[in-house]
Amino acid sequence: MTLQAAGLTLRRNARTLLQSVDVMLQPGSLTVVLGPNGAGKTTLLNLLAGLEQPSAGFVRLDGRSLMAMGALERARQLAVMTQDQPLDFPFGVEEVVTLGVYPLGLGREEERVHCQAWLQRLELRGLAQRDYLSLSGGERQRVQLARVLAQCGEQTTALLLDEPVSSMDLKHQHLCMRQLRALADAGAAVLVILHDLALTALYADAVLLLKKGRVLAQGGMQEIMTTPNLSALFDVHVEVSQAGGGLRFSSSLADDAVLL
Amino acid sequence: MISRVCMPSRRLGLLLWLLLPPIMLASLWVGPVSLSFDALLQPGSRDWLILFELRLPRLLMSLAAGAVLAITGASIQALFRNSLADPGLIGISAGAALAAVAVLVFGGRWLLGPLGPVLVPLAAFVGGLVVTALVLHIARTPRGVSVTTMLLAGIALNSIAAAAIGVMKYFSDELSLRQVTFWLLGNLHSTDWNSALLLLAIGGPVLLLLLREARQLNLLLLGEAQARLLGVVTSRLRGRLVLLVALGVGTVVSLGGLIGFIGLVVPHLVRLLCGPDNRALLPLSALLGALMLTLADILSRLLVSPAELPIGIVTALIGGPFFLFMILYRQRRHA
Repeated sequence: MTLQAAGLTLRRNARTLLQSVDVMLQPGSLTVVLGPNGAGKTTLLNLLAGLEQPSAGFVRLDGRSLMAMGALERARQLAVMTQDQPLDFPFGVEEVVTLGVYPLGLGREEERVHCQAWLQRLELRGLAQRDYLSLSGGERQRVQLARVLAQCGEQTTALLLDEPVSSMDLKHQHLCMRQLRALADAGAAVLVILHDLALTALYADAVLLLKKGRVLAQGGMQEIMTTPNLSALFDVHVEVSQAGGGLRFSSSLADDAVLL
Repeated sequence: MISRVCMPSRRLGLLLWLLLPPIMLASLWVGPVSLSFDALLQPGSRDWLILFELRLPRLLMSLAAGAVLAITGASIQALFRNSLADPGLIGISAGAALAAVAVLVFGGRWLLGPLGPVLVPLAAFVGGLVVTALVLHIARTPRGVSVTTMLLAGIALNSIAAAAIGVMKYFSDELSLRQVTFWLLGNLHSTDWNSALLLLAIGGPVLLLLLREARQLNLLLLGEAQARLLGVVTSRLRGRLVLLVALGVGTVVSLGGLIGFIGLVVPHLVRLLCGPDNRALLPLSALLGALMLTLADILSRLLVSPAELPIGIVTALIGGPFFLFMILYRQRRHA
């Protein structure tokens, strides 16, 4: 077990944002969290990352409490990409990626080689010298993802990513998801929040459906991604069909729904 | 945010180091009294005394004060993740000044005691510390520091401090009124060896300790959550920064009065030339700050010679328009 959370509950101002959520991330697996807006996906990720303290429940990384670990030690084992990236200073792209290497404590030359590899894998070599603030939203997202992936070293066991490809074009979505898949295949436990059902079906082993702060269903991808489950999750009819060895999705509002 | 003109930081560093000796020599040479070489060779002569007892400590003071103001400015900009943060703008200097004036006006017998010389810097440090902590507390939200709130809090704290200083001036006698007024304008006029050495003793360690934080400050620019996820204990880093900035700014204010804009303009120029990496920004800002304040000090002696313009007025005359230019430039870029 790499990352384990049990009974995660978060209450704020008499509102329950998350209610008794259990998560188990296995080494070598890629788990996708799906859910409508405001379901508590980001809250769950913040708790798993140790950015917030749960009102109840616990998070353990390789059997140890997240809160008991030193900051650097945690950063070596757990890499996290949050949705908010408030960088507002004109760093170069390569400089931004290099910031991610900090916890690994590499020498200057090793650091450069390590970053170059990630720039290469995410097709950022051409942008390496550009000013981060001059990039488009999708490009910035790819740079931030490269930074988070550059944080991964030998000790890294888990990755948590909050909508890491939401602003990217189709090609780069696949490029980036493939990198995450490769990290999982290499033995890391990866958790990704996504909105895209097709990407989920292509790259996930496990799926967790979150609605109104509670787990609606979780388990293997094929077994969870069904018409009744997804329709109940999004309050809209989602037809799941088998096509060419994969899954195909089509969705529509119910016929009697009134659009205003 | 202004984007940069790529200049290797080493080249800028070299340029600044080359400029340093001539500016230092000019600072020793320029003044109401022209020095003669011959007289300088005779220890105890009038020229010798002017050089070693007045101009040399004053030079050390302007170098150290400029370096400390610039590096604390750069650090506080990283802490607030905003390039408009400045010890003067957000009220740290005013807080330090208020506490220092309170001690000057009400200190009475204490000032003449053995603790006298450190009493004013100590008060300024505490004043600066209280204001920094207060602004940070007011402007911090769960999503980061709000710039608007930070600047508004700065305006409020600046006017509260100004009002309180006004009240104290109203009640002070003629002599301390003149002293306080003159000192508040920012002045290196009364620098002696004691004050120069005190600033070096405090400013030196502050400078070195801030330089050590450069890498973590870079991570802080990614956002507080990102910095924590990269292994920075942000609460402790914040604590250390607030203490160091208050100590540095407090000491400069207590010895040289209110000297504005160095902390804002210098890091901006360096960032414009070499980018925002604090590993280069902090040392280069310290160097450029030392140069700029020494230049400003030379100007303050030249402009209305043989009298002297308070240095705070010189830095404001240069820094104010530059600040306006920056605001306009940002606005045009965003438009």
